[in-house]
Amino acid sequence: MNPDNYLYLSAILFTLGALGVLIRRNAIVVFMCIELMLNAANLSFVTFSRMHGALDGQVIAFFTMVVAAAEVVVGLAIIITVFRTRRSASVDDANLLKY
Amino acid sequence: MPPSYAPVAATGTLTLTAWVIALPLLGAAILLVGGRRTNRFGHLIGCAAALASFVLGAILFFALLAKPGGQRSFDQHVYTWVPVPGFSADAGFHLDQLSIIFVLLITGVGSLIHIYSVGYMEHDEARRKFFGYLNLFLAAMLILVLADNYLLLYAGWEGVGLASYLLIGFWQHKPSAAVAAKKAFIVNRVGDVGLSIAVMLMYSTFGGFGFAQVFAEVPAASHRTVTAMGLLLLLGACGKSAQFPLQSWLGDAMEGPTPVSALIHAATMVTAGVYLIVRSNAIFDASPNARLLVCIVGAVTLLLGAIVGCAKDDIKKALAGSTMSQIGYMILAAGLGPIGYVFAIMHLVTHGFFKAGLFLGAGSVMHGMNDDVNMRHYGALRKYMPWTFATFGLGYLAIIGCPPFSGYWSKDKIIEAAFAEGGTSGWIFGCVALLGALITAFYMTRVMLMTFFGQKRWVADGGESLSGSAAGGHEPHPHESPWVMVIPMVVLAVGSVAAGFLFSFHSAFLNWLEPVTGHSDGHSPINSAVLQVITLLVVVVGVGYAYLGYGIQQAPAQAPLGSFATRAARRDLYGDAFNELVFMHGGQLLTRVLVYFDSKGVDGVVNGLAAGLGGSSGRLRKLQSGFVRSYALSMFGGATLLIVALLLVRG
Repeated sequence: MNPDNYLYLSAILFTLGALGVLIRRNAIVVFMCIELMLNAANLSFVTFSRMHGALDGQVIAFFTMVVAAAEVVVGLAIIITVFRTRRSASVDDANLLKY
Repeated sequence: MPPSYAPVAATGTLTLTAWVIALPLLGAAILLVGGRRTNRFGHLIGCAAALASFVLGAILFFALLAKPGGQRSFDQHVYTWVPVPGFSADAGFHLDQLSIIFVLLITGVGSLIHIYSVGYMEHDEARRKFFGYLNLFLAAMLILVLADNYLLLYAGWEGVGLASYLLIGFWQHKPSAAVAAKKAFIVNRVGDVGLSIAVMLMYSTFGGFGFAQVFAEVPAASHRTVTAMGLLLLLGACGKSAQFPLQSWLGDAMEGPTPVSALIHAATMVTAGVYLIVRSNAIFDASPNARLLVCIVGAVTLLLGAIVGCAKDDIKKALAGSTMSQIGYMILAAGLGPIGYVFAIMHLVTHGFFKAGLFLGAGSVMHGMNDDVNMRHYGALRKYMPWTFATFGLGYLAIIGCPPFSGYWSKDKIIEAAFAEGGTSGWIFGCVALLGALITAFYMTRVMLMTFFGQKRWVADGGESLSGSAAGGHEPHPHESPWVMVIPMVVLAVGSVAAGFLFSFHSAFLNWLEPVTGHSDGHSPINSAVLQVITLLVVVVGVGYAYLGYGIQQAPAQAPLGSFATRAARRDLYGDAFNELVFMHGGQLLTRVLVYFDSKGVDGVVNGLAAGLGGSSGRLRKLQSGFVRSYALSMFGGATLLIVALLLVRG
């Protein structure tokens, strides 16, 4: 199978994730879109790893997953706390930190 | 005989020169530092210092007299004032025929006026301070005339300016006196700048400012430099001697106590300009252009002062106009060069006698008339103040040039010298001097008639006429002043009578001064006997015209409106108005323009820059909206741009 297709898929997934981050307001959805972008990047790493016959990309994919897992823990905790205090999970409502 | 300046070191008696200055300086120090403790006997210390200084001056005079004519020039080096490598200023004194005349005039008239002030200031609480200032003035004036270099002369020059300021504003509780003092100081400052630049010019040209060095090197210097020096010295002289165009302060200076007006603003300080020009004769001899301007300044002031003197009703201001005019004569004579130097100084000395006498007389009249200075409120005082009348009258005869009184000898010589200048300018200056003599006779006769003759026009303090009701206020009770005031007036009157004749006897004064100033007879187009007759006729016309106006008719107690010329003369021929319009308003306009330029231009640029930065950063701040998604968008856009740029660069 042509490895280019994996890269196209990765690009499509990343674009979807990015659009989700920019367009959606719900913090959970935004969060999931971030995960989507991370996984799109992972897919690219793995694809390139396979194309070059090296293991570096695979290793970085594992690192990404570990870091993403840690990030999810912290991020979800923040979102839940914000929701508890403000009764809203919209990222546009949490705009106190500004000029 | 050409003038020479070749002093030798002073020895023996002549080393007393420094003490002539030290005594009044010491007196001033005791009186001003001693404070209230010296209140009781302060005036005695002041008089003693002045008299002792006069005695020393007389001793020096006789010591000089004992030497042969060409060897009467002595230098006394006291100490090195500023000992810096490459620059040295000495405190040294120069005694010669010219400076000893001034020493005698200053300490002599000064002593008399000290004595007079004992009576005049008797009821003044600050009499001790007054004598301290008077002694300070004497010391500064003596430094001025005895200095052997221009820098020390300048120090004395500023010293008399300070003393003059302090004494004009002596009654500082009167706003008019305080303002007059400031005015005198500021106008003098304009002249002082001229003198200081002249000293600097001398230093840069000759590398020093000692008289000996400057006079020796002037003939070799470039003509232009010497003319510049002459003009700057003239500017200094104009300020100190109240000559056109810096004449405006002298009239207001009459706010000071009358002894001050007599000593400083008539007899001595205001003649410092004449001294400066005559002393610098080497410079003026080398520059005919500078001399011509000196003559013009003298001639203009001579007429201007005389015209102002005709219209003033304030007796002291009328005399101040007269002082200005008489100093104009001296400056005119000094500007004539070797023809006139000697007569400038001779008129200066005789003027010192009769003008001081006239001022003391005026002070005596004011003393008896509740300090009223308006001559329209006088009249018929000759019966009440016989001594004042007699001494004032002798001074009056002297100033109008009536033979054989002293003014006749000195003023006639100046008129002759002006004609002897020759050429068109000689005719012009001669005729101006004659016209001045006419006006002098007129205004002095007017003062005399309004004060001592005619009917009483006295008013009570409240300002109402005596013939009406004198309710409220004190009626004046004119009385003769105490003897302590009368005696100085008598001595000065004797001087006014005899000085001119003594000076002219066998040309004594001329022979005495000739080694210092040089002398030439000039070539008068008019026979001197004819000229004397013309002068006398002119004086008689002036006296007669004044008699018609003020002797036969009574001067009204209220000043009439007068013609345009009278009104102009009452306002000093609009000198103050001109100064106010051109210098005050002009200066204010200039500062306003500068302030406008500063606030709108310089400040505008700076403030505009700051406002621009503030405004733009205020707008930039709005980018921090708090919306996470817009941050994400900008990060996304930025990353995209970065990648595109990288791709483009790598091509």
